[in-house]
Amino acid sequence: MAEEVNRKPYVRPITSEWIVRHPRYLRYMVREFSCLFIGGWTLLMVWGLKQLAEGPAAWSAFLECLKSPASVVFHLVALGFAAYHSYTWFNLAPKAMPLQIGDDFVPEAAVAGAHFAAWAVLTAAVLYLAGAF
Amino acid sequence: MAISNKPIVWGPFAVGGTLTAFVTPVLILLTLLAALGHAPDLLAYDRLHAFLGHWLVKVAVAGVVFLSLWSAAHRLRITCYDLGVRADVAVATVLYAVALAGTGAAVLYLTKF
Repeated sequence: MAEEVNRKPYVRPITSEWIVRHPRYLRYMVREFSCLFIGGWTLLMVWGLKQLAEGPAAWSAFLECLKSPASVVFHLVALGFAAYHSYTWFNLAPKAMPLQIGDDFVPEAAVAGAHFAAWAVLTAAVLYLAGAF
Repeated sequence: MAISNKPIVWGPFAVGGTLTAFVTPVLILLTLLAALGHAPDLLAYDRLHAFLGHWLVKVAVAGVVFLSLWSAAHRLRITCYDLGVRADVAVATVLYAVALAGTGAAVLYLTKF
């Protein structure tokens, strides 16, 4: 029907070229691509659970696999993307949940800062409890 | 009022996004240490096996796996749309199915401890 009425309908081109049009768009995409590494690492851990369930030999084989150069590179890149996700998420927290006390809103920096502080404490606690140092 | 399934897919994304922001970097750090040959004590077979033997830990691990995979799947779905893939229903079905399958597998392995 629409084609008969409008002989030259405007078809919006669908491209992915917009990503490089502005650094802000590129940062947005980097943030969104963090999901590939967070999801990929989680699936790797599901495989680790399988190996752990199969016994000590299978678990040792898994730990040995982790030591491959490809795995080390993947871990380093994944850590970078995961940390960038945290950084962007905590900076968005005050916008997603503005905190009001009395008539005033708590400053955004304070809300984000509290998240970063909690993140640091949690990270140190997990490292300590896991016996990393 | 229109009925929408948005809150159902978006809720776990928001919770998962917050959870992964807090815990994923340090968890990756633990396996990175193992990859570099300095595995933390917790990753020794006996300790990790005993740790995951507690039902509360099992529930927590299953929860972390589900929320991590779901939020990653949801974000990847939106990213596919941003990159010009307009077959949203197919993309969403595949990605959420992978997230649920991964969670199902994790639950299955956890019951073996």
